[in-house]
Amino acid sequence: MSTSAPVVKVAHARRTFGEVVALDDVSLTVDAGEIVGLLGPNGAGKSTLLSLINGQRRPDGGTIEIFGQDPRTPRARIGLGVTPQETGLPASLKVGEVVDFVSGHYPDPMPRAELLARFELTDLAHRQTGGLSGGQKRRLAVALSLAGRPRLVLLDEPTTGLDVEGRRALWTALRDYHREGATVIVTSHYLEEIEALAERVVVIGGGHILADDTLGAVVARVQTHRVTFRSDAAEREVAALPAVSAVERDGGRYSLLTGDSDALVRALVTSGTPFSGLEVRGASLEEAFLSLTDTDSEVAA
Amino acid sequence: MTSPQTIDRVRTPPIAAARVPGFTRLALLHAKYNILETIRIPIAVVGNMLFPTLAMFFFVVPQSSVTSDPLWSLISVAGLAMFSVMSTFLFTFGVGVAEDRQLPFDPYLRTMPAGAGPRMVGRLLSAFLFAFVALIPLGLVAAIFTAAAPQLPRLLLGVGTLLAAGVPFLMLGLFIGYSLSSKAAIAVVQVVLFPLAFAGGLFMPAEMFPSWLATLSTFLPSRAGRDLVIGAFAGTDIYAYALPVLIGWGVLFAALTVWAYRRDEGRRFR
Repeated sequence: MSTSAPVVKVAHARRTFGEVVALDDVSLTVDAGEIVGLLGPNGAGKSTLLSLINGQRRPDGGTIEIFGQDPRTPRARIGLGVTPQETGLPASLKVGEVVDFVSGHYPDPMPRAELLARFELTDLAHRQTGGLSGGQKRRLAVALSLAGRPRLVLLDEPTTGLDVEGRRALWTALRDYHREGATVIVTSHYLEEIEALAERVVVIGGGHILADDTLGAVVARVQTHRVTFRSDAAEREVAALPAVSAVERDGGRYSLLTGDSDALVRALVTSGTPFSGLEVRGASLEEAFLSLTDTDSEVAA
Repeated sequence: MTSPQTIDRVRTPPIAAARVPGFTRLALLHAKYNILETIRIPIAVVGNMLFPTLAMFFFVVPQSSVTSDPLWSLISVAGLAMFSVMSTFLFTFGVGVAEDRQLPFDPYLRTMPAGAGPRMVGRLLSAFLFAFVALIPLGLVAAIFTAAAPQLPRLLLGVGTLLAAGVPFLMLGLFIGYSLSSKAAIAVVQVVLFPLAFAGGLFMPAEMFPSWLATLSTFLPSRAGRDLVIGAFAGTDIYAYALPVLIGWGVLFAALTVWAYRRDEGRRFR
């Protein structure tokens, strides 16, 4: 196994499902020891990209390599750890049995006791997975991704459906494992999760990579606010305000997306435009992605 | 933060070839958990045992002309035993694989470092075990209520032949399982199983067929399998092309299975 090859190398990957283009010319390189967040709205192509990297699906075009090998060969996947969907755990098997089954595939698995302890599952070892709560299943699913002591861990929405406490505990366990030297790729449509885990963030939308930067830089770009107010002013006039990335008008009510709500409000007040009912709130991540898609599509084109 | 010191602590690659689990170990691993999962739902096992044994009770045991004759008894039991193996394999593989493919655990298994081979062999081992277990009550009923009394070597040869003759059906099951959804697979398995069983002489002895059906029958895998099994149990003559017919179907179904597996990527999204 060559040590110089990047852990993940995706080159011009394209994947379609019938008429739908899930990924279009996506290139991504991840080096050893990185912890990368894949951020994007539902349906953006995050899970498709992961399924290409884990060898489950084949790209229609382009190449995928993990550790310099084709992920569709079983040997390449010895260093790979993936989470199953928690709804799909074999219901009749016990927690300890599922762990042993998964561990049995790897040359140097994590001892069962250590793995269960890391995810606070020790007391549940003799329970059938069908009888676990949603949160317990989620923890087991994430624990399974580390069973083979992988050098590359792929996590698809790891903490969806967990309460705050459970989420924090899981993040800590994952950060610990990354600190031990593993490369981690995590997808989420929660900015909070990406902020807690990732150092590098790749934003995916509409099957394209929209941004690939440090956590701080990407967060600044998607920290969007929505400013709404009532006004009779012309749409052109409103759109000319500083830092406005999108304008919606519903009768006399304007709704603006902005990357800098302070500057926008200050300008709105000093411009003398009459307005009433001013509201400023954080835009949803979905809205932030949309504004990112809009601005970037011009640049990319 | 991708500082060099983080990289330094990357574990040495665990690719010491000697320690990578081999084919046999992976196959046994999959067999073990396959068996464990199946016996946790015992009705699946019991149901499989029941049908051929009940058929034996209702259709063979009352006919004293059959049960008093050792050869006819063997022929009847062999037909039902062949049916039992056939149905175990077609259901375990056809419906079982189709159901598994719909569970999110299956795509997950495909991300582990075991190829299709160990998974299939594991499933094969567990299916052989359950097919064998299902033969036991049938054998007991035959031993108690009929004149069938093969010598021990013949008995062992017969059981071995039964399981081997089931392999083409196992392949057919896999092909169905990897090609269809579980609901479609149940329907297709039933549509395939009963006509094949009947035309193969597993319910009604092929010796009683009209001549056109008797001839057609010899080209079916069920008939070829049945006659090989009867030959093994009773030492009677087998028609010359029984083995080639069975192997031919086996090769065809195996090729179709490989094609379907390669094409499959778990659930379909449209």
